[in-house]
Amino acid sequence: MPETANVQTLRVDSTIDGEIRRHGEETYPHECCGALIGSGNRVTATVALPNTTEEGPRRRFMVRPSDYRLAEQKATELGGELLGFYHSHPDHPARPSQYDLDHAWPTFAYIIVAVANGKSAAMTVWYLKEDRSSFEEGELNGN
Amino acid sequence: MATKILIPTPLRPFTDKKDAVEANGTTVGELLADLTTKHSGLKAHLYNQEGKLRSFVNIYVNDEDIRYLQKEQTPITSGDTVSIIPSVAGGAPTAEAPATLPELTKDEIKRYSRHLILPEVGMEGQRKLKAAKVLCIGAGGLGSPVAMYLAAAGVGTIGIVDFDVVDFSNLQRQILHSTNDVGKPKLQSAKEKLVAMNPHVNVVTHNAALSSENALELFEPYDIIVDGTDNFPTRYLVNDACVILGKPNAYGSIFRFEGQASVFATKEGPCYRCLYPEPPPPGLVPSCAEGGVLGVLPGIIGCIQANETLKLIIGAGEPLIGRFLIFDALRMKFRELKLRKDPDCPVCGTHPTVTKLIDYEQFCGVQSSTQEAPMSGSTTEISAVDLKKRLDRGDVLKIVDVREPHEYEINRIKGSTLIPLGDIPKRYVELDPSDEIVVQCKVGGRSAKAADFLRSKGFTKVLNLTGGILDWIDKVDPSQPKY
Repeated sequence: MPETANVQTLRVDSTIDGEIRRHGEETYPHECCGALIGSGNRVTATVALPNTTEEGPRRRFMVRPSDYRLAEQKATELGGELLGFYHSHPDHPARPSQYDLDHAWPTFAYIIVAVANGKSAAMTVWYLKEDRSSFEEGELNGN
Repeated sequence: MATKILIPTPLRPFTDKKDAVEANGTTVGELLADLTTKHSGLKAHLYNQEGKLRSFVNIYVNDEDIRYLQKEQTPITSGDTVSIIPSVAGGAPTAEAPATLPELTKDEIKRYSRHLILPEVGMEGQRKLKAAKVLCIGAGGLGSPVAMYLAAAGVGTIGIVDFDVVDFSNLQRQILHSTNDVGKPKLQSAKEKLVAMNPHVNVVTHNAALSSENALELFEPYDIIVDGTDNFPTRYLVNDACVILGKPNAYGSIFRFEGQASVFATKEGPCYRCLYPEPPPPGLVPSCAEGGVLGVLPGIIGCIQANETLKLIIGAGEPLIGRFLIFDALRMKFRELKLRKDPDCPVCGTHPTVTKLIDYEQFCGVQSSTQEAPMSGSTTEISAVDLKKRLDRGDVLKIVDVREPHEYEINRIKGSTLIPLGDIPKRYVELDPSDEIVVQCKVGGRSAKAADFLRSKGFTKVLNLTGGILDWIDKVDPSQPKY
């Protein structure tokens, strides 16, 4: 099955999974965001970051440059690398929007957690295609 | 000269996994051009299709964002370090319909069939219209076509704010109201027409004068506000309240033969204050009551407002955001000006100074009506009744009518002399400063200016007729027509 062989996998254990969900529930009905740190395809730590969007945090998130630097520093301190970012979609499905696509960076893993009525629901991970044309869904697993 | 460029994690696959590379150039622009030549994979991620740096790509020279330096022209000197730093952004889809759009009944499907077969509207768009809540400020010239077309199109909830009563002088353009509505509250007349036109819409009437005290509360339940006001204080109030609440303002205004329309206060777009930070001096721009308006003009501009409102709801086409449409009815020409969001805008800029509603009458330099009311025994004003008494008593008063000749043709005070306001500066010498002079216009605004001017030229016995010719007709001479 060559198609599935190409799917990128991100390993997120139950502690990390819980941290992301809890952050999304805490900031509901606003979007939360944070950095994913680890090595290879395994997330070993998250860094919750402030949502600094000026366009209404119910539907948007933004990590400002200074927090991005902080996330890279943190990654170096922990002896890992910055693997990507997570954010929540309050009362919306855990699928990337056109806005997500327009603002995406290559190689990063983008975790989206849906939060429905304040309760976290589906969680997915996405990677930008090299030609920036769309996202490819990856596989999340907790080994 | 080689300069060090720090590369962020997601771009390292394009720089052979290096976190720092070197490139040459004397400005940031040259440096990045050299960088993307050496590492061509970077180009698509740093620049958009128009060749501009993507908005979420931040370039720092040492610790300064080049946006605050000279952007891509920022010079590079030896020893500088340049960093590419991502802003990470994203969010949930906004155009997506809420999960619980109302269903259409069989009757509604039949009624809206010409919408339903447009792919841009369809069932989903029509259900969005049914779910939408739009507030019309005013049920007058602009409010009439706006409310009628929104009701016909099936906008589920239409709110109307007004406190006025239908007058004969409204009927030339305010097509919501008919001859037999004269004397009725406009809200009542409007609701009757709209419900008769489409019983499926919910018409909510707000019998109030919009003010800083009630605007936020009135706007809160609505998705879009349609500004059909005819004065500057309310226009600024509507704009600021829309920005504060994050609700789009479908704007329109009319005067004589010219109309304007735009969509203000959307998340990405400019607001009315980006265009006009300050109101014009009071009196500079006359109202429609003073200057007149072609009856069909509010029909044209109101239809544009309704059109833009429907587009915002269904999410189709290119909205009139960041574009200012000017319509000239005499030449039958539309012009379009580009508008940008002003980062220094006092309301919607990056550091707003106006964060709550203010006193807009004061902001626009307009005195409130209570201050305008004549004080008894005033030495600068005279009421219609007192003027009549004095004339009957045989007092010699020189009455100067400062309106335009075409207004003078409609009605006048017997024995008055016509000198239009604009001619006063060159014709005041015709007047005798020893005479007692009464200046008069339609409602008292222009004549107050004429009185001020005459006093500045040394006239000491100048009285302004309060309420103008209209008050004179109401209280003294009802035989004359009003306009």
